[in-house]
Amino acid sequence: MGVLGQSIKRREDPRLITGEAKFLDDIQLPGLVHAAILRSPFAHAKIKSINTDQAKAYPGVIGVFTGKDFMDLNPLPCAWAAGGVKNNLNTPRCLEPDRVTHTGMGVAVVVAQDRYIAEDALALIQVDWEPLPVVTDAKKATEPGAPQLHENAPNNIECEWECGDAAATQAALDGADVVIKQTLINQRLIPNSMETRGCAAQYNPASEEYTVWMTSQAPHVMRLLMTAFVFGIPETKMRVISPQVGGGFGTKIYLYPEYVLMAALSKKIGCPVKWSETRRENYIATTHGRDHITDIEIGVNKDGALMGLHVKTYANMGGILSTIAPGIPTTLYGRLLSGPYKIPHIYCHVSNVYTNTAMVDAYRGAGRPEATYVLERAMDLVANELGMDPTAVRRKNFIPSDEFPYTPADNILAGLTYDSGNYTLTLDKALDMLDYTGFRQEQEQARKKDKYLGVGFSSYIELCGVAPSAWIGLPGQGWGAGLWESANIRMHLTGKVVVTTGSQNHGQGHETTMAQIVADQLGIPVEDVLVEHSDTAGAPFGYGSYGSRSGAVGGVAVYRAAERIKEKAKRLAAHMLEANVQDLVYQDGKVMVKGTPAASKTIQEIALASAVGYSLPEGMEPFLDETSYYDPPNCTYPFGTHICVVEVDKHTGSTRILRYVAVDDVGNVINPMIVDGQVHGGIAQGAAQALYEGAVYDDNGTLVSGSLMDYAVPTAHMLPSYETARTVTPSPVNPLGVKGAGETGTIASTPAVVNAVLDALKPFGVKHLDMPLTPEKVWRAMNSNGGKA
Amino acid sequence: MYPASFEYYAPTSVSEALALMAKNADARLLAGGHSLLPAMKLRLATPPTLIDIGKIKDLTGINDLGDKVSLGALTTHCQVERSALLKSVCPLLPEVASHIGDRQVRNRGTIGGSIAHADPAADYPAALLALGAVIEAQGSGGKRNLNADDLFTGLFQTALNANEIVTAVHVPKTDGAGNGVAYAKFPHPASRYAIAGVAVWVKIENDSVANIRIGVTGAADHAQRAKKAEAALQGKPMTDENIAGSANVAADGLSTMGDIFASADYRAHLVNTLALQALNQAHARAHGWH
Repeated sequence: MGVLGQSIKRREDPRLITGEAKFLDDIQLPGLVHAAILRSPFAHAKIKSINTDQAKAYPGVIGVFTGKDFMDLNPLPCAWAAGGVKNNLNTPRCLEPDRVTHTGMGVAVVVAQDRYIAEDALALIQVDWEPLPVVTDAKKATEPGAPQLHENAPNNIECEWECGDAAATQAALDGADVVIKQTLINQRLIPNSMETRGCAAQYNPASEEYTVWMTSQAPHVMRLLMTAFVFGIPETKMRVISPQVGGGFGTKIYLYPEYVLMAALSKKIGCPVKWSETRRENYIATTHGRDHITDIEIGVNKDGALMGLHVKTYANMGGILSTIAPGIPTTLYGRLLSGPYKIPHIYCHVSNVYTNTAMVDAYRGAGRPEATYVLERAMDLVANELGMDPTAVRRKNFIPSDEFPYTPADNILAGLTYDSGNYTLTLDKALDMLDYTGFRQEQEQARKKDKYLGVGFSSYIELCGVAPSAWIGLPGQGWGAGLWESANIRMHLTGKVVVTTGSQNHGQGHETTMAQIVADQLGIPVEDVLVEHSDTAGAPFGYGSYGSRSGAVGGVAVYRAAERIKEKAKRLAAHMLEANVQDLVYQDGKVMVKGTPAASKTIQEIALASAVGYSLPEGMEPFLDETSYYDPPNCTYPFGTHICVVEVDKHTGSTRILRYVAVDDVGNVINPMIVDGQVHGGIAQGAAQALYEGAVYDDNGTLVSGSLMDYAVPTAHMLPSYETARTVTPSPVNPLGVKGAGETGTIASTPAVVNAVLDALKPFGVKHLDMPLTPEKVWRAMNSNGGKA
Repeated sequence: MYPASFEYYAPTSVSEALALMAKNADARLLAGGHSLLPAMKLRLATPPTLIDIGKIKDLTGINDLGDKVSLGALTTHCQVERSALLKSVCPLLPEVASHIGDRQVRNRGTIGGSIAHADPAADYPAALLALGAVIEAQGSGGKRNLNADDLFTGLFQTALNANEIVTAVHVPKTDGAGNGVAYAKFPHPASRYAIAGVAVWVKIENDSVANIRIGVTGAADHAQRAKKAEAALQGKPMTDENIAGSANVAADGLSTMGDIFASADYRAHLVNTLALQALNQAHARAHGWH
């Protein structure tokens, strides 16, 4: 058995566990100085003037700058406008010169000998503010009389986007036996990666080159956006390096004002400069996630067959646009609204809305958790309304396994098809693991003792491996680029291999899994493979890591580069063995003559011959060095069923997760332990949305849940022991048969937990509650009918 | 997280600390630092001077004084939690200490610091009220004792004078027959501070309540006794009905606070619910049933 599919230990871990890994804040450079940023205390205000005189005079201060000092730089670009519609784009500058639209926007920067001095001097800057009226709710922001944030965005609308067929869906709803309506609030979340953001920059005046270290999931894209769009300089004049990155969950995909600011400052002040984000800043200045207000109408016949789904969503963008914000609640949300179900007609309308809140962009799952939440709540509302078992409604409407590739109705997926699936299989397996019949009996018995247990289901699909360039990059679709990925493999003369990938490892374990792919392909020890990434000077251009794409796109690029190494090795071996290349096979790290294993050359021997280069076939160049730029023909579509069992305490309204069963199908698996880890972490994040987390703004636009003292990121004792299993339905999209596993847990778990709580509350006549299901909310719901079960 | 600059002193005796306090009017005392340092990192507190009392040996140690136990002000939550003496003769304190923060906080945080800081959601105050603890403080005018009942006066407010240092806490032994103690807490999911916490000490003689004290923390702007609930049980047998009757009035008279996690009404409901739990458990323990 090869190394592919084995739970080998992560090679990243020794340096992480022993504290040897070097993160952004560990960067020390000769002459390094430190920056601190003055941030707006107002959610909406004009800057009348800024006086920096006192701050400049403070001992140890090197310089104080405001937005007016950087007007030669362009605003940051929006790289993904919503497709096919007019977008009213407004993007930040490195420091805002005139106006702020959310608390936490940077308006001035102090550069000083150390960060303490810089923070002291911040207090000496005087800003003359003119506060303006504030709106934080996306729906209210579109109503008449709401405060207006941007001149080019009447009623605060960034864009109005739609997919599906409005008329056909309306007709389907009109013809359905029952139409269920519900408003669902998918609350705003604060992603909280373990490492906050940061940036260090150094400018070389002789070569006119910038070197920028940043906490980025996509260093190549950052270089492109900074140089071509903001600075207007050639890409070759900037090198971007992501050091060890401690988690991102999407928030580190984007170009942020601070990164531009550090690069610009390094040139202006003539010495290297660093800014390291505090947790406080992370809460107000890094992107948030979710924040949808959605009205759904679902038409269903009495037998449980879905007839039509109508979805209207207000998606909060925040006060100004983050890099790919408009694309998330449109392409990655609306287009996923068929889920694992055969729904004859679907229509989705999304209003992207500006409000006086922090920027909202992709957060683990990015649009797909929101779509899954809509569908999985809808399935339970249908089951409740029709008096059906929630598993029966799902089973009834699953896309049958013999209907793949499947094209969702009304062209909502814009030309793509689901690659493969067997949705009933994951449901059955999960039900077995749970002992569903036994649970329902236990639930009945418990109710008699005034104890309230609930079970919740979530069957999901996701769209991973983003994305075919021809699909996502089509003119008019908003993403003005491709989403292929690159890999280069060089085999040195000792047979040791260096892989460089455009994917970016910020916790996923690429240095292990990519090595497994190469070791398996080339038949060499995994220890002989070194994986390098995250430096634009070392790796070929790549789009980075997000959207569960690094296996299904980046990993496939690695696979294909390895295939090319093998092809060249075979041609060279033919020369060495004086055989015909057609008669050779590559097996177990050797090229051998078919049927004559004694006539063989190891890949190490071939690599040596190729590297020394003194006896090569006519026309062959020395060295085994191959590159692949892999553009997938389709996305991949992992799926599964998650089941959550909870107990709700009648006296306090507290919810305890008793069991959590997850059956995922992510296609072929490269490293099961790493996939398990991804699933566990994802479930924790998704369950946290259901029960604990929620960003809260007050009417002034101040983030009230502004710290880890108020915002409840769950700790281990708040979470269950996970029972995970997998089915394997290989993806036909790529030769590895992989689908993607980074986001499944987050996507599936939120509705599973919410559905479980609502199942527990069924005796109290509660049909829906919005997240997070805090004890008080649940307690009030249980007592809304006088506490009668 | 970059605090403003400050002067730092580390006296080794209480008298030296008092002298430094007299010289530096705006100084803050530093013990475990688990409330003060986070505030300083956010520059919500910018004391020009810190007087670190952590090196004063006289403020350490848990000592058996016969009918009571004395805890030096620097006793950490962890030392309380693990003290064999306290577990045996005053088990309410170790139980309450085990609920504070997390392991790291308990390793550094001190009982004297918690008392002086008087966070309205701290755990210890409920226990100190339930136990009728006596807090020993020393100022320029000498030592004095304060009853826990008189100590907590408002939001982060105590009856301590600005120039006083908490030096020790005296708690009674509750190990005699018929004594039962318990602490029931509903923690905030993020901070683990008490949304509400109820501590009970009950002494049962001849099947009736001879003495009962109930301390409530987290719910109002400072920890207080639930005197109405105490009165409801005083002199009565601890029947289910009497316990429920007492628990139902536990929040009466408390001005409960509301915030984004829990409203004032819900907090009051939690106080009653937790009182029921704590009373039942203390009752069971008084009979040795647990």
